[in-house]
Amino acid sequence: MSGTFVGMPAFPPFPRAAHDAVRDTTLRGNLRHATHTIRDKRAKAVAELADWQQLREAGKRIKDDTLRHLDRYLVQLEESVTAAGGTVHWAADADEANRIVADLIKATGETEVVKVKSMATQEIGLNEALAAEGIHAYETDLAELIVQLGDDRPSHILVPAIHRNRGEIRDIFLEKMGSWGRPAPDGLTDTPADLAEAARLHLREKFLRAKVGISGANFMVAETGTLVVFESEGNGRMCLTLPETLISVVGIEKVVPTWQDLEVFLQTLPRSSTAERMNPYTSMWTGTADGDGPQTFHLVLLDNGRTDALADDIGRQALRCIRCSACLNVCPVYERAGGHAYGSVYPGPIGAILTPQLRGTTSGIDASLPYASSLCGACYEVCPVAIDIPEVLVHLREKVAGQGGRGHRLEKAAMKAVGWAMDRPAVMAAGERAMARTRALHPKRPPGAQAWTDSRDLPELPEAPFRDWWKKNRT
Amino acid sequence: MSSRDRILARVRTAVADAPAAPAITRDYLTSHTPDDPVAVLDLLHENLADYRAVVHRTDAAGPLITELLAARGSGSVLVPDGLPREWLSGATAVRIDDTPDSTAAELDAVDSVVTGCALAIAETGTIVLDAGPGQGRRRISLVPDHHICVVRVPDQVVASVPQAMSRLDPRRPLTWISGPSATSDIELDRVEGVHGPRTLEVVLLSG
Repeated sequence: MSGTFVGMPAFPPFPRAAHDAVRDTTLRGNLRHATHTIRDKRAKAVAELADWQQLREAGKRIKDDTLRHLDRYLVQLEESVTAAGGTVHWAADADEANRIVADLIKATGETEVVKVKSMATQEIGLNEALAAEGIHAYETDLAELIVQLGDDRPSHILVPAIHRNRGEIRDIFLEKMGSWGRPAPDGLTDTPADLAEAARLHLREKFLRAKVGISGANFMVAETGTLVVFESEGNGRMCLTLPETLISVVGIEKVVPTWQDLEVFLQTLPRSSTAERMNPYTSMWTGTADGDGPQTFHLVLLDNGRTDALADDIGRQALRCIRCSACLNVCPVYERAGGHAYGSVYPGPIGAILTPQLRGTTSGIDASLPYASSLCGACYEVCPVAIDIPEVLVHLREKVAGQGGRGHRLEKAAMKAVGWAMDRPAVMAAGERAMARTRALHPKRPPGAQAWTDSRDLPELPEAPFRDWWKKNRT
Repeated sequence: MSSRDRILARVRTAVADAPAAPAITRDYLTSHTPDDPVAVLDLLHENLADYRAVVHRTDAAGPLITELLAARGSGSVLVPDGLPREWLSGATAVRIDDTPDSTAAELDAVDSVVTGCALAIAETGTIVLDAGPGQGRRRISLVPDHHICVVRVPDQVVASVPQAMSRLDPRRPLTWISGPSATSDIELDRVEGVHGPRTLEVVLLSG
């Protein structure tokens, strides 16, 4: 399934996109400020729990067990959700998921829906697919609203508008809110409290009249059929409880086996993502509840490349991800390049290993993502489910190198030649002598390797090879 | 072949040769707090306040709630089924029952809501509502801008998340509330007050 769609059209390879991004000083300032703020807070929130490493290990093992027996847990989840009054749908790819959701909405006769922030629906491009069917999908998370109003792209898993500062947000609100509904108040300032108030007023009318809500889920419990959404603003609760119909689109890897398993992630996710002991609101629902909340509930289980990742012995650990975004916040590459350079709704270190596995590595951007890292390992350190991101990056680099391409063919040919020579001491010695004698003739930048020599010079060769020096000086 | 069968078949093929997953370990702590009701209550108070909930302690809920509603100038208050009568016996605000028929717009016109809870978690400063008696439908603690929530001390107070999980019933709709509505979406800095109640008052009721 190498053509799996992960939310965004064709993008330039990472190095080119990052090259442009690092020159944007506003962007760099915004990212530096935001990531440094959250880094220190996360460290403090994590330090409050003496058993953090045990929780991390438990979370890792729960997810590994889930993935190892995913077929069993999905069938169990389907039974539990159905028994609790929900309807379960299965979508092999983005197109099928979008089709299912559009048809479910059309069956209600509605032409607008309110949405809780969801990575899965971003990944499949649901809003665009619904728009093509004449259905308006309103994003209700503050950051998603900023992105939607600004006709922008998300750049962070948790805070999609992290690349915008308060002044930019005020300008977007003043300029765009009016064409989407209630305009921003006159004289809107750029204080975060005023901006939050403007969003409250703008979205209120949409919540109150909404008949259909769309969500994702952070977790699904196989044993009970319970879905869980973590949020802060209350927009999630609005979408999950006020409409008559709720449609949740969730990746198949979001299932956990038991109710008790949630106690681990309820402790690790908020501290890792917003650096809080607990996020303001967490909603848990099991099918439908009589007279309380939506009376029709649909769950759309999404594959869209996940089973490809699952088939990779080393790469499958990326499916443990609980989308906390701690790895983005500590990553030196993300901090400088920003989220857009990753060309996917999943940016940062986790995106660099998840996107190429979901989409395959045939495009320039996807083949370049495993290289969008200095392998410093900070992402692994903070990951609450212990995904060894550097290990997967190196593994994916091997795969990309193995599939060829001009640069890789040259590199492979060179390495093969070196390998042959090093196996033969006489050949090696003769070659070294020849190289030393002709050193004045060597170009500083060998043709065909500009990408490498753009920022590096070849090392200078000594007058005599080491073997000759050794013979002369030690004997 | 249906998509369901295709996905399940792909999963089975993908993990067919995968090694067995190591057993799940649960050697993490069931509580991070000394087993002392006074310390646990103090911690709950501190953590609720840290996330900007307004915390009150009392052994007589009625007079306090009357005072809180009056101080806010609330003209109307939503009342869930099964709320103890005495909690609102002195209040002058117009009582509006939580019914299945009321519309979201009607709820939006109500000033305050008073509910009980299923339990409260000290280590995280969280109250959990499970739509049981005195708590009502999920939407009533969401749409009004002012929520007064009564926690019975010490029965409804637990120290930790694992302790809470073992007492909650997943078949009920659950809402975990930790402070008033907030957002970190502007420059990753927390600001209180977005779509949920902007004022959360928690009454710790002893006796």
